[in-house]
Amino acid sequence: MKLPEPREAVDRPIYLRYRYRASEQANRFLHAIKKGKILGVRSVGTGKVLVPPPGVCAESGTLTPQDLIELPDRGTVLSFTIVHLPIPNSRLKPPFVVANILLDGADQAFSHIISETDLKRVLIGTRVRAHWKPEAEWDYGLENIEYFVLTDEPAVDIEQHRALRLEEAARHA
Amino acid sequence: MTEQVAVIGVGQTARYRSKLSVSLAGLVREAALEALADAGLGWQDIDALVIGKAPDMFEGVVMPEIMLAEALGGTGKPVIRVHTAGSVGGSTAIVAAQHIRSGQFDRVLTVCFEKQSESNAQWALSPSTPFRPHFNSGAGGMFAPVIRDYMRISKAPEDIGCRVAVKDRQHACRNPRAQLQLNDISLEQVQDSPMLWEPVRFLEACPSSDGACAMVMVNGKHTGSSANPPAWIHATSMRSEPSFYPWRNEVDPAAGRDCARELYQKAGIRDPRKELDCAEIYVPFSWFEPIWLENLGFAEKGEGWKLTLDGATHIDGGDIPWNCSGGVLSSNPIGASGMIRFAEAALQVRGMAGEHQVANARKAMGHAYGGHNQFFAMWIVGADKPV
Amino acid sequence: MRDVAVVSYAQSPAQRDTGGTTDVEMLVPVIDRALADAQLTRKEIDFICSGSCDYLAGGAFSFVMAVDALGATPSAQESHVEMDAAWALYEAWLKFQCGEIDVALIYGFGKSAPGDLPDVLSLQLDPYYTQPLWPDSISLAAIQAQMALAKGCFTERDMAEVVAASRRNAIHNPAAQLKGEFDASDLLKEETFVSPLRKHDCCPITDGCSVLILASAEKARALCERPAWLRGINHRMESHFLGTRDLTTSTSTMKAAGTLKLDGDKLDVAELYAPFSHQQLILQQSLKLTDNTRVNPSGGALAGHVLMAAGLDRFGAAAREIWSGRADRALAHATSGPCLQQNMLAILEGA
Repeated sequence: MKLPEPREAVDRPIYLRYRYRASEQANRFLHAIKKGKILGVRSVGTGKVLVPPPGVCAESGTLTPQDLIELPDRGTVLSFTIVHLPIPNSRLKPPFVVANILLDGADQAFSHIISETDLKRVLIGTRVRAHWKPEAEWDYGLENIEYFVLTDEPAVDIEQHRALRLEEAARHA
Repeated sequence: MTEQVAVIGVGQTARYRSKLSVSLAGLVREAALEALADAGLGWQDIDALVIGKAPDMFEGVVMPEIMLAEALGGTGKPVIRVHTAGSVGGSTAIVAAQHIRSGQFDRVLTVCFEKQSESNAQWALSPSTPFRPHFNSGAGGMFAPVIRDYMRISKAPEDIGCRVAVKDRQHACRNPRAQLQLNDISLEQVQDSPMLWEPVRFLEACPSSDGACAMVMVNGKHTGSSANPPAWIHATSMRSEPSFYPWRNEVDPAAGRDCARELYQKAGIRDPRKELDCAEIYVPFSWFEPIWLENLGFAEKGEGWKLTLDGATHIDGGDIPWNCSGGVLSSNPIGASGMIRFAEAALQVRGMAGEHQVANARKAMGHAYGGHNQFFAMWIVGADKPV
Repeated sequence: MRDVAVVSYAQSPAQRDTGGTTDVEMLVPVIDRALADAQLTRKEIDFICSGSCDYLAGGAFSFVMAVDALGATPSAQESHVEMDAAWALYEAWLKFQCGEIDVALIYGFGKSAPGDLPDVLSLQLDPYYTQPLWPDSISLAAIQAQMALAKGCFTERDMAEVVAASRRNAIHNPAAQLKGEFDASDLLKEETFVSPLRKHDCCPITDGCSVLILASAEKARALCERPAWLRGINHRMESHFLGTRDLTTSTSTMKAAGTLKLDGDKLDVAELYAPFSHQQLILQQSLKLTDNTRVNPSGGALAGHVLMAAGLDRFGAAAREIWSGRADRALAHATSGPCLQQNMLAILEGA
C-alpha cells in the first residue's frame, strides 16, 4: 500500500459564535453617544469620574452608581504613541496617533485616535476636542467620534491637572 | 515547618522559533525530557505536574492540560494549570515550588509553553471587547504610551531603548536557543529599523515565538539524583493590580514595587544591584529595562536609564548583567517566557549557562510580568542553601 | 498538615442567562456577601485565587477584568487557574500549607450563555485526531452513559432517580436553577435528547459566580461558629484519549480516594460534581458510597451549573452541611475534562 505524503500542517478553522449583550451602564452610554452625548459615572468608593461607565470601580471594587454624568467632548492627552502599522479595516493611514484621552471632568482616560494634525505637536498635556462623524452616520459606539483634533489651547501641566482632579475626587469620596 | 526547594532540572526548546514542526505534545516533551535528564529522574519519579501558559486562543485548544497531561507523564498524578497572562511562566514556577515547600510533594515537574504560530497571535493578544472601539494597535500600541511617559518623567536620552536592544541581541548570540541571532548588531541598525509605535522600533520589539520551558524541582533532601548542582529557591513573590484605574502609575506599577519589596525582604536582600550577580527580567520592549531597573529598586527613580547607558547591565563589564540569555527581546513564546526567565536565573547559579554564563554567579533573580503592567511574579535563586 | 477551614461561601442567584451583566458586575455583590458573612474586608484577605475559562467569554485574558471586583489597590497577592475554581482553592490550600497565608478568597465565574457551550467544550479535545470531528460534550457523555448501561452498571431508571432526587433536594436551595417534585417514571417518559441521555440528565447552563473564603485555624474560629475543616484534599488525572480508559468507572476518583481516609460509612454527605446524571452514579459506585451518605443535598450540578464554579460549589455546599450541623463529615468532589477525566476529592469535618 502506498502511504500518502506526510503533512506538516493542517488548517483547522474554528468557528464559534458568541452573542453579547451590553451591560446596563454600557447600554445607557451607547444610547447616549448615538445622540452625540458622552456619559461617565462617579465612583462611590473613590469619588473619581470614570468614562465610559464601567459598572465596577476597579480601584475600590464597588459597583458604580446609577446616576450617570454628561461630559464635554474635549480633554487632555494623558499619554500617546504614534502608530506606524495600519489598523485592519480602517480608512486611517499610518502614521497616526493613538492616545489615552482624559475628557474634562473625568479621571479615567480612554483610547482614541488623534488626527488631522502635525503629529509632532502632540505631547502629554496637549488639549484636544472631538471631531465627530456626520450625524447621519452615528451608531452605538465611541467610533461616532472619528478622531480627536488639537485645539489652540496651551498644553496642560499633567501633574498639576492630576493634583486638581485628586482634590475634587477627595471632596466627593 | 516548610521545606527547602531546589531546581535540579532545566529543559528548554532547542531553538525558539516561529512555526516549529512539532505537535503540542512534542513541544512540551522536548523541554520536559531535557529537564528530567538534567535531574537524573524518570517520568515515574515525578509526584505532580504543574503546567502554565497564556491564553488558549494562541493554540485553539481549551484547557490544554487535559489533552497534554499524559504526554508529560501526568496520568494518575495531580495536575494543575496556571494562567496569569504574561507572568504565567513565573507564577507557574512559584506554584510548583509551593507544591514542595508545603511538604505535600517531593518532586514536581513544571512546564510552560506557547505555540502561538498555531493561530493569529496578534488577534489573540489584543482581544476586542464588545461595545468598545478596537484600534488593534497591538501590544506595542498599549505599552508605547507608558514608555513615552517614562521618557518624559526620567528625561532619558532618546537612544536608551536602542542600547538595550543592542545589548540583549548581543547576549542572544551567546545563547543557541535564542530565536533572534543577529550577529554584528549595531546601534545604527536598530535606529534604522522601521518605527512601529513611537518610540519602539522593529528591532526594539520581541519576536513571536513557539517554545516550551520545563523545570524539575525537588525537596532539598532529594537533590542527589542530578549530576549537576542545584539552584536553591531563596524567595518567591506574586502581586497583581487592576488594569486601569484613574491616575494609575503604569510607569512604576505598585504591584511590581510591592512584589519586589516582599521578595527582597524574604531573601534578606537590601541592595539588589549589589547583592545579586545577575537577573533575568521580562523586557519585551527595550525601554522596559530602564523602567524595571527603577521599579525593582536596582536604580533610583528617574535613573534606570543611566545603568543601561553605563553598560552596568551588559554581560561584558557590567556589574549587574540583565538578560544574558537574550531575554524576551530575543525569544518570546509568551506562556513560557516567564519560566524561561526563572529557569535561566537557575542555570546561572548552577553554572550551567554556557556561553552566556556570568562568572561566579551565586545569586540571581527571575522576573515575569503580564497584562497591563499589572501581574508580577519573581524569584531569587542561589547556589547556596538559604539560611 | 496545617488545618484550614471553609468559613464563608456565597453564590450568585441561579440564572440561565445574566444578559448584559458583566463578570465583574456579577462578582462584586457576591464577594461583598461572602466577606460580610465572615465579617472581613477585602483588605484583610491575604491571597485571592480564581478559576475561569477565556473561551467561555470568547476573549483572551477575560479573567483579567474580574480583578476589578477585588479593589486590589495598591496591589494584592492574586493568582488564577484556567480551570474550575476548585483548583484555585487547591492552589490556595498549598499556600496555607506553606504557612504563607491565613485568609484566602477563592472565586469561580462564568457566563456560558453567550457561546455555544457544548461546542466550546469540544475544543478541550486533542486537536489532531478528535476535535476536528467537533464531538460536543453532551455526545461524549452520552457515549459514556451508553457504555455503562450496556455493561449493567446501572439502569435508565437509576439515572431518572438521580434527577428526581436532585430536583427535590434543590427545593431547599435558593440558589438552585432547576427544582421541584418530579417522578422518575414521568421523567422516563421524556424523549431522549442525545441518546441515551434525556434533557434532564444533562446539567443546565447557568451564568453566575461563587465565592468561598478559607481561613487557617488561628483565624477560622473567630470568623465562623463551626468552621468546615479541610481534612484532606487530593486530585488525579486520567488519560485523555477516550478509547484508552474505562469510561464506566472513575479510576482517578478512586485513586484520589485512596490517598484520603474516606471512611465511607462515616460520610454523612457527598457533594459530587456530576454534570450528567449517569456520572453521579459512576462516581457513587467508584467511591463505594452507601445509603448512609446523602448525595448532593444542594441538588448538585444538575440543579444549577456555573461552569468553572461548579466544583467550588460542591465545596461550598458541603461546608454548608457542616455549618448547619446537618453533617459532621462531608465529601466534596470536583471534575474537569470530558467524561470525568480529572477528579478532585476533599474531606470536610465539623470538629
